[in-house]
Amino acid sequence: MNLFSLVLVSLGRNKRRTILTMLSVVVALFLFCALRGVLDTLDASIKVSSEARLVTRNAISLIFPLPLSYRERLTAIPGVKSVAHANWFGGRDPVDPGNFYAQFAVDAPNYLPMYTSDIEIVAADRPQVETPVPPGIDPKLASFISERDACVVGERLFKRMKWKLGQQVPVSGTIFPGTWTFTIRAVYHAKNPAFGEEAMLFHWKYLSEKGMNGQGIVGWYVLELADPARAGDVIRSVDAMYANSAASTRTETERAFQAGFVSMYGNVPFLIGVIGLAVVFAILLVAANTMMMATRERTSEFGVMKTLGFDDGTIFRVVLAEAAIITLGGGALGALLAKLVIEGSGFNAGGLLPPMTVGWATVATGIGIAVLMGATSGLVPAWQASRLKIVEALRRPE
Amino acid sequence: MAIPISYNLRNVVQRPWSTLATTVGIALVVAILIGAFALASGFQAALLESGSPSNLIALRTGADSEISSGIPREAANVLLALPDVASGPDGRPLASAEMVVLINQPRLGQSGSSNVTVRGIHPDALALRNQVTIVAGRLFAPGTDEVIVGQRISRRFAHCAIGDRLRFGQRDFTVVGHFTAGGAGFESEVWGDNAVLMPALDRQEAFQSVTFRMRDPSRFAALEKQLESDPRLGVEARTERAWYSEQSRMMTTIIRAGGILITLIMAIGAIFGAMNTMYAAVGQRTREIAVLLMLGFTPAAVMLSFLFESVLLALIGGALGCLLALPINGITTSTTNWSSFSEIAFAFRVTPVGMALGLGFAALMGVVGGFLPARLAARQSLAATLRGA
Repeated sequence: MNLFSLVLVSLGRNKRRTILTMLSVVVALFLFCALRGVLDTLDASIKVSSEARLVTRNAISLIFPLPLSYRERLTAIPGVKSVAHANWFGGRDPVDPGNFYAQFAVDAPNYLPMYTSDIEIVAADRPQVETPVPPGIDPKLASFISERDACVVGERLFKRMKWKLGQQVPVSGTIFPGTWTFTIRAVYHAKNPAFGEEAMLFHWKYLSEKGMNGQGIVGWYVLELADPARAGDVIRSVDAMYANSAASTRTETERAFQAGFVSMYGNVPFLIGVIGLAVVFAILLVAANTMMMATRERTSEFGVMKTLGFDDGTIFRVVLAEAAIITLGGGALGALLAKLVIEGSGFNAGGLLPPMTVGWATVATGIGIAVLMGATSGLVPAWQASRLKIVEALRRPE
Repeated sequence: MAIPISYNLRNVVQRPWSTLATTVGIALVVAILIGAFALASGFQAALLESGSPSNLIALRTGADSEISSGIPREAANVLLALPDVASGPDGRPLASAEMVVLINQPRLGQSGSSNVTVRGIHPDALALRNQVTIVAGRLFAPGTDEVIVGQRISRRFAHCAIGDRLRFGQRDFTVVGHFTAGGAGFESEVWGDNAVLMPALDRQEAFQSVTFRMRDPSRFAALEKQLESDPRLGVEARTERAWYSEQSRMMTTIIRAGGILITLIMAIGAIFGAMNTMYAAVGQRTREIAVLLMLGFTPAAVMLSFLFESVLLALIGGALGCLLALPINGITTSTTNWSSFSEIAFAFRVTPVGMALGLGFAALMGVVGGFLPARLAARQSLAATLRGA
């Protein structure tokens, strides 16, 4: 007789129980993969960051600025192809202060050409007067480039805020006081998810004129390398150059810079891991309980099967296979659902994370855990069933 | 008439393994819920402990963190000279104009680095913040390049042990003491003398905040209006308590919301498990139910009895969850407070409210998980049951 159909019949015996248990495994593995997805997302944000670009900031911390005067010497360092600078603006939505999005003041003519493979312009206003754009910049940005107070915004942010091209957006400054108004002239799509689509970019020159009394205060410099393999040399020469100056620098690859941000989460990734394990363990108990109930109910049946000549090993395998089908089926469904639903919805924890990803490695880990769950929950009942003596099995009431 | 509770109790004990598996599953869900709330409460407490309702803090208009604020010296002097500033027993004003900056420090025992708050204070400010206690070493000597480090971060970051040297800008500062501050966020900061720190960090022109004890805290509203309308100042005034509550809001909300979301999803799984157990309980006792009905118990009483049994199972799980969550109370953990962009170390705080919430949630899981099986029990047809048996 086909063993597999025997397993299916056993599973169908109490359909409600099989389905409920499977559903709880689905939920558990969904949650497990979603939690691991948070860690995947943080990891991915590091991995997709460039090693061909360096970030130079003040050695004390990011809140200390660097002088604009560093720019020329940085450009002259061998191995540096181009240099751009940027500032964190830190503004708030004056209408709803709880609605957070990032604003960066960037040295557009140098900054945007560095990121052509990370972002693409998906919508833009046409310029009122034909204006040539600097080399390396998408011609669609002509209107943005030619206007002092223009800005480019991320597609997700643009849609979330229901903004329109040409609209004026007020922002209250926190570091640079006052109410600022920016005109949306273009919308970008992030081809590289690490860039994020929840940001607003505007002209550093405008910030300098309006917010710094023309002083050149730079948050950080981005250095594009001619040869990424020489990153180490360039890092050493930049930091050595300013080691004894009033504002000494710390230079690292964009990837290491991003890793620094992830490191700021402190113990959070560890806590998320602990919760993931608790979820798995809780559902393991549910599955084990189900299998025990299922075998206990069938004690006399096992007696009959043994009388008919099924050996202990077959009984063991049938029970174990039942457990494995429940957990593997539920687990695979839950893990895949996590990937589809979370990635499909672009969930980003209210802007705290880049749009979430659930890696295939996580899905595989989830399915692996489901298999382990099946083995663990089925082992004891299978062993008990295989060890039953015919006489005892048939003697038991019910 | 209701079926006696002892009937349910005996049934729960009758099936020890099944009871154990169901209750431990529910216990884990409850423990995670209590844990998430303990995390949020601990975080919130650390910030709220920092703020006294009788202190006023002034920051530049529009600033939403101390680091983004700036108060020029002249404005700070106006604030410090206000007649509303209370004085200590020695006649000196209970006030402090402070410099607040962040330094990026490597972590200990974990790779990476994070931002640590450095607060430059006037040595007199310790009278204003009287919760500060030196627990090791000594206070920095005024006018020297000495600093003290909050105890909670002293073991989490490099160069924070007594005798170590911390480098800010072009100067080295020696750590001479560790301090506590009644669990407040200050315990995650480095403190030194403003007179030395400000030139070293190139912050001579402006302080970040001015805090003072109000002579009459009930006058806060009037004082707020007065300060905010003074064009020389350009500041916003808040009570220190309100300010720190604002600084904790975003993170506390995120932690609580995340905790609830995770627990809700997890609870669905546990409820399915509880349903399995209760369906099995109903299935095994088909004949008993028939007997109960025959004895004259109404179907409603039978349903209530099974529902009660389910809630009982869940509550045992809930209580177990509380016990599981208790040991995390007091464990220190740390993360970045994105409102201030700096690391804050704080202790999990398991609160009675959190535990009550956990128990309530467990009961709810019991009701939801037990409803369908209990209804099935009550709807059994007497004749069919007895015939089948």
